[in-house]
Amino acid sequence: MTGANYLTETRGLRSWLFTLDHKRIGVMYLWSTLLAFFLGGVLAMLIRLELITPQKTLMDADTYNKVFTLHGAVMIFLFIIPSIPAALGNFVLPLLLGAKDVAFPRLNLASYYLYVAGAIMALASLVTGGIDTGWTFYTPYSTSTGGAVNLVTLAVFVLGFSSIFTGINFIATTHKLRAPGMNWFRMPLFVWGMYATAIIQILATPVLGITVLLLFLERVFGVGIFDPKLGGDPVLFQHFFWFYSHPAVYIMILPGMAIISEVIPVFSQRPIFGYRAIAFSSVAIAGVSFLVWGHHMFVSGQSVLASAIFSFLTFLVAIPSAVKVFNWVATMYKGSIRLQAPMIYAITFLLLFAIGGLTGLFLGSLATDVHLHDTYFVVAHFHYVMMGGTFIAFLAGLHYWWPKMFGRMYSETAARVAAALVFIGFNATFLSQFVLGSRGMPRRYYNYLPEFQALHVLSTVGSWVLALGLLIVAGYLLASLRRKPEAPPNPWGGMTLEWQTTSPPPTHNFLEQPVVDRGPYDFPPLETEEETVARSA
Amino acid sequence: MSTPQATAESQAHAPFLQHHFHEPVQQAEAAKIGMWLFLVTEILLFGGLFTGYGILRMLHPDAFHHGHTYLDRWLGALNTVVLLVSSFTMAMAVHSARTGERKRLVRFLLATLALAAVFLGVKYVEYSHKFHEGLLPGRFYSHKGDPVPGVHMFFSLYFVMTGLHGLHVVAGMVTIGWLLRRALRGHFSPAYYNPVEIAGLYWHLVDMIWIYLFPLLYLIS
Repeated sequence: MTGANYLTETRGLRSWLFTLDHKRIGVMYLWSTLLAFFLGGVLAMLIRLELITPQKTLMDADTYNKVFTLHGAVMIFLFIIPSIPAALGNFVLPLLLGAKDVAFPRLNLASYYLYVAGAIMALASLVTGGIDTGWTFYTPYSTSTGGAVNLVTLAVFVLGFSSIFTGINFIATTHKLRAPGMNWFRMPLFVWGMYATAIIQILATPVLGITVLLLFLERVFGVGIFDPKLGGDPVLFQHFFWFYSHPAVYIMILPGMAIISEVIPVFSQRPIFGYRAIAFSSVAIAGVSFLVWGHHMFVSGQSVLASAIFSFLTFLVAIPSAVKVFNWVATMYKGSIRLQAPMIYAITFLLLFAIGGLTGLFLGSLATDVHLHDTYFVVAHFHYVMMGGTFIAFLAGLHYWWPKMFGRMYSETAARVAAALVFIGFNATFLSQFVLGSRGMPRRYYNYLPEFQALHVLSTVGSWVLALGLLIVAGYLLASLRRKPEAPPNPWGGMTLEWQTTSPPPTHNFLEQPVVDRGPYDFPPLETEEETVARSA
Repeated sequence: MSTPQATAESQAHAPFLQHHFHEPVQQAEAAKIGMWLFLVTEILLFGGLFTGYGILRMLHPDAFHHGHTYLDRWLGALNTVVLLVSSFTMAMAVHSARTGERKRLVRFLLATLALAAVFLGVKYVEYSHKFHEGLLPGRFYSHKGDPVPGVHMFFSLYFVMTGLHGLHVVAGMVTIGWLLRRALRGHFSPAYYNPVEIAGLYWHLVDMIWIYLFPLLYLIS
């Protein structure tokens, strides 16, 4: 494309470090979160390698505890939570709304630097003793163990502010910066998903903030709020923690669903089925998410009545989730489906998320949860939702918007091979863990009984296939930056506003203020069978 | 790019209009939404502490009752009045900014700043008295002769809650100081005063949280 775009208009390191452009901040977030994912992935590979034999393979038990804790903390706080909203969302949300930027560009940059500061603090724990509490920091163990727990809890506090700032920005942007003519029901569904995510970020994150702050004060000043010796209550920590962290699960999955809602209509060239149902189901998930935290504590001694209520409310989440899945499938019905990389990942998402979602119901049921609690079944379930769901959706979004972000097309053939490897590798790694868990393999254990070894080996080999697939993704995406072809403004035939500007967009997004007079998925009608026959005849 | 001429023209009318907004009203409304959302996060931050307070008070009702007798309720009441008056002066500052009375704006901001300092001064007197008596949080509690066990839990919460609130007062003072600087430079006018307005919202929240802290900590009966 001709003319200056946001990547080329100004040059030099300073022009990036002090940028207020949401696109550049999004790109900086993208590389940072991908780096975090790479690090978390290396830790995951180490965990899997250690577990290939029932006894010690390459690290001792203490190191193993630190490795799985850091894997969880890095993946949750440094990758999944910021990845879609702060990286992809930052880039495309203002474009989708026809705005020049987010409402508070300086707050946006502050959010990025808080993320970097939090990331440095969290990773500094590697050299200051590590932490072995698991990413959940349960008391009283977390208040009595040594290592770098103080540093990591402060890192989580700082990262929470980063997440809150993104949420505030997105809500204000959605309210005040929509293009003329874009009413609430002409907004792309990605924006609805981001809006629902932002609600949770704003309402839940402060509670995590105060929780980790109290944990920090407990360790430094011995305030005793979670310490039964002094008269405190350790289960209170679990309530506080899950009051944030269960809604946070939806901070992770709603953005993934938001991407799928964009990709499926475009690659089916069909208006989305049930626009309002999908839009409101996002908000419904956000609402219900605040009422289900107790399902993490079925075996923590909470009352049977409370457990039964939490179990019932947990089942409610399945309703809006299923509404989405059925609407996506209905959108594809009689569409003109093109199986390009974003769509392949979207369909992968449907399959894997269905498994992840349904196994969640097993865990939400009181009787089965007692058996499955803290086993590999739980590990497999949340990896199906978080990785099979959110991460695969992230890949769909990355492939979908990559041409817009960097102005280059990637190799479609390589993308297909990689997607197949990711699908096979992922299922080999985690389906086996469902079986392990239902047979009683506890999570976070360093050693295990010899009869579990075959499935552990399958899981580890699966992780190698998965890693190979992801390395291929990294390879062709990075290669595309140096090679042609350049991307056209609208490579996929999308109808939303980001495809109406150049690839990559100019610094102020649009050369002329876009005006909206139709919905985001009003594709031209497909030809009917008679028309096809008539045309070929 | 958007026409530089039009941008320059709107800049002349509204000197603090950022490029991505069409008009000052839109910018001011966005800022207000942003501040209200931030206040929601503040309420939830303190909400965690209030919940913790409720649970621990339920577990140790006698200790909380006895602990509160070590606080000076007159100093607490004095601070409540100080903060309420400061909320009034802040509201008057916003009003003066809206009507474009620069001198009054500066005076009311100064008054708010002074009242905030009085609040922290009183808090200092209270804290040093507690330190002297050994009425410290959790593990560091060294006061002797309590008729009931567990009073240290009351002081854990007392220090965490008033400490976090005190930090918010300090943050408010920094913000008001920044407003004062901008007011003295003549940045504010009836067409542009939303920084004063949203800082005012924040200050009222700091005041409101104290309104809840005062009875919960000083007036247990």
